Amino acid sequence: MTSVAEGRQRYVGGGVPRKEDPKLITGQAKFTEDLFLPGMLAMVVVRSPVAHGRITSIDTGAAAAAPGVVAVWTGQDLAGDWAAALPTAWPIPTVHWTKAEPTAEPRTPEHWPLAKDVVRFAGEGVAVVVADTRANALDAAELVDVQYEELPVVTDPEAALAEGATIVHEAFGTNKGFTWLHTVGEDVGPVFESAPVVVKERYLQPRLIPNAIEMRAVLVQPLTSQDEYTIWSSTQIPHFVRLFMAICCGIPESKLRVINPNVGGGFGSKLNIYAEEALTLVAAKRLGVPVKWVEERTEAYLATIHGRGQVQYMELAATEEGKLLGVRARVILDQGAYQQLLTPGIPILGAFIYHGMYTAPAYSFECTGVFTNLPPTDAYRGAGRPEATFAIERAMDTLARRVGKDPAELRRLNMMAPFNEPTPAAGGLNFDSGNYPALLDKAMELLGYDELRREQAERRQRGDVRQLGIGISTYIEMCGLAPSQVLSALNYAGGGWESSVVRCLPTGKIEVVTGTSPHGQSHVTTWAQIVADELGVDYDDVEVLHGDTASSPTGLDTYGSRSISVGGEALYQALQKLRAKAAKLAAHELEVAEDDIEWANGRFQVRGAPDRSRGIGELSFSAWSAHNLPPGFDPVLEGEATWDPVNFTFPAGAHLCAVEVDTETGQLFVRKYVAVDDCGVLINPQVVEGQVHGGVAQGIAEAQYEEAVFDENGILLTGSMVNYRIPAASELPSFTTAHVVTPSSTNQMGVKGIGEAGTIASPPSIINAVLDALGPLGVTHIEKPANPERIWRAIQAAAGQRAASSTVTGGVGSGSSPTQPGDGQAKIEGSAS
Amino acid sequence: MATRRISVSVNGKQYEREVEPRDLLVYFLRETLGLTGTNVGCDTSSCGSCTVLINGESVKSCTVLAVQADGDEITTIEGLGTDGALHPMQKAFSEQHALQCGFCTPGMIMAAVSLVEHGAGMSEDEIRLGLEGNLCRCTGYHNIVKAVQAGADTMRGQGAGSPSPAEGARA
Repeated sequence: MTSVAEGRQRYVGGGVPRKEDPKLITGQAKFTEDLFLPGMLAMVVVRSPVAHGRITSIDTGAAAAAPGVVAVWTGQDLAGDWAAALPTAWPIPTVHWTKAEPTAEPRTPEHWPLAKDVVRFAGEGVAVVVADTRANALDAAELVDVQYEELPVVTDPEAALAEGATIVHEAFGTNKGFTWLHTVGEDVGPVFESAPVVVKERYLQPRLIPNAIEMRAVLVQPLTSQDEYTIWSSTQIPHFVRLFMAICCGIPESKLRVINPNVGGGFGSKLNIYAEEALTLVAAKRLGVPVKWVEERTEAYLATIHGRGQVQYMELAATEEGKLLGVRARVILDQGAYQQLLTPGIPILGAFIYHGMYTAPAYSFECTGVFTNLPPTDAYRGAGRPEATFAIERAMDTLARRVGKDPAELRRLNMMAPFNEPTPAAGGLNFDSGNYPALLDKAMELLGYDELRREQAERRQRGDVRQLGIGISTYIEMCGLAPSQVLSALNYAGGGWESSVVRCLPTGKIEVVTGTSPHGQSHVTTWAQIVADELGVDYDDVEVLHGDTASSPTGLDTYGSRSISVGGEALYQALQKLRAKAAKLAAHELEVAEDDIEWANGRFQVRGAPDRSRGIGELSFSAWSAHNLPPGFDPVLEGEATWDPVNFTFPAGAHLCAVEVDTETGQLFVRKYVAVDDCGVLINPQVVEGQVHGGVAQGIAEAQYEEAVFDENGILLTGSMVNYRIPAASELPSFTTAHVVTPSSTNQMGVKGIGEAGTIASPPSIINAVLDALGPLGVTHIEKPANPERIWRAIQAAAGQRAASSTVTGGVGSGSSPTQPGDGQAKIEGSAS
Repeated sequence: MATRRISVSVNGKQYEREVEPRDLLVYFLRETLGLTGTNVGCDTSSCGSCTVLINGESVKSCTVLAVQADGDEITTIEGLGTDGALHPMQKAFSEQHALQCGFCTPGMIMAAVSLVEHGAGMSEDEIRLGLEGNLCRCTGYHNIVKAVQAGADTMRGQGAGSPSPAEGARA
């Protein structure tokens, strides 16, 4: 049997014209905002300008009387329309995961589509206006008069945990949502007490604003005669939207159809159930006509989830040679004011990989989720894993400095040895396959590591204004979400399977239905490559259907780099079932026993008689005509499979970069960026590279440019594309990419996933490079984003520190003395080298 | 609200329509003429998704009122080329995998066409600088740069009457 895993075939492993492109490059593709229905009304949401306040009155009179206005509703007006609040599918109780200790109930606040009495973040919806045009709705929204009694605001997650802090949800009496502990192996306490070398650092993960270039949009068309509704939404998860709209709005699922037409990027921000989806549905239900809501960009900065938002305390225990003895991570998650779909679970996605690709006999992870008066955080490209990778990779560089080793050498010393079968890792999971030293070796070679080190020494020697830094990051991406049993153990409400149907049509065309929901990831192309090779048909004869719950009723959609390793594998298994069924028909028609049929060159042929054969196209027609079928053979030639993975997949990689830092201005230039990834078997290398490029760019943006900044009143200061710095082409380098392939042992195709890899790997690579460049100046810490101001200030602070301590001997702190949390922030050490 | 009558040529076709003075050109194109290939990605004229050509110049159509375009000739992505008769830049974007979700793509292609037509240099740095007004969140711009170079080769080759060297050679 041929197999994708066997490598290059006719289509798999090569480039093909992308099926998605013709409509997109000619402007014919339809995104949700592009849809217009007769009689359609426009909805606008009125939002709170204050981050915490009691609504004392809402006067809708002037708005209701404005031109074109059909309805104005407040949170109280719609209170009776909800069967349930907006969902949190991953409530985390206060729990000890590997120890049988008592757990506390998760603290999940009720989150209604519109606030009823108290607003808890600036941007929370308080009313909606529905009018004949969007312009009229926007004008009228200005006339809704809401009075607030302002309440104290808490924006810092650590301050929110302090005694006497302002409480975001009074009913809880605390801002703590949960504390979750995960330990593996030896007890970390004694290990850290006795370790010769201990590294303790504190890292901030600023909030990031996802900024998919298409903003969210929702259109709902009621079919009043049937009490049915069609919902178009710019979402990554049409199947979840259908389920949760049924639950929130009390409408049977069978009466709801959800379509996500073309979706203009998501990056996790559209992996959610949003208030506006429920509000648009209820507006269309109440009014009996189509209603559309389209987000504005400045609105998106408040109404769509933010990413990251964590404080990390990262500790490594090691021998004097730098061999890891223990990893201890403690994370404070800023959940924001409410929990969106997955908010509490995001750090848990990183909880198992704070050791990266290194071995460590003692492992501990603890996370506390906190409520603040800020917009909710949730999944943003990488979701938990970039934070984990940043912590271990930053700390490994610090450890390398402490034990006096080259950072590459230190990493090699601690890496897991190459393996092809499931192998236990320090965080308690079984990794699927990997050859980590090969990744690092290849990346160092492509970067020209040794040559750059020489250049670096020369620049240091001559005191060049532009110092050279080399950044190393390796990563493990736990993806392929997810084995349903594991999700169950982690208190996630849903499963992690995926489904696919492959149908042979009488014309010989192949119709593929997938439960994945691409929004830029090229599934239509990639899935067709797999199908064409497995069925021996032309790529152009394969049609892939997705993103409509009417044609694709079962599926769990696209996020967490799951699509190829779960959805692609489901497709592969459906194809094997289809082939097995078709083989019976071929044997019948060729009048031989089934055992005498073999699959060769894309056809079923009689063993030893290649001239006697049948192709899938011929069998499709004869199955449909049903004139001559084997007994009991039903005339539908299709295969269906649902795949619930037995394990995650674990893509890995080494991302190295060379940067130049202008020590006078603080400007940072990324000179070369090398990404070597192992995503398992590659179906379409061009698509894979595209994912790496985009992921790396988003990670560099995180390291160098982007940060959501709030004032002390909880007001977003970087509230538009003007002052939140999304990099343009001129602000990013080009990338060098390469691969090491170790087929995954988790699935038959040997695939792992690639969607988030670049975003996971690149932030520590960039920051490590900056610190590598500035090490001789005494800079050992810098927060993200490392913009010119931060770099310049770090250089100045280190210079001041050097001047101040010039009379004190010995700059670097002793190896093993533990420090208190917080010590690592903006740590400036004396001359370390 | 009082309206004004404007006359514009869009993709070679003449239109006369009543518009409100406050109507932005981008919404006139999208909602009055139904040319939804031109997208809106922000409200601060930052993203460039709405880039069109006005009298041959690339312009963010969210920065122009429809009444200001009275008498102008406008080209949108729909007028650049169609499936089967693609403009070289459209073809290059597809061949170089310079689009993923495709939302910024119409604006990016229009900006790239304008760059080439105005004789901009086609070094990597020049292209990156030239496309500064257009944001893409999917591709990291790497393949966009390659596509613009390939598209420019073909456009300039065609302009000189020679065969297009980029076609087919850049898989």
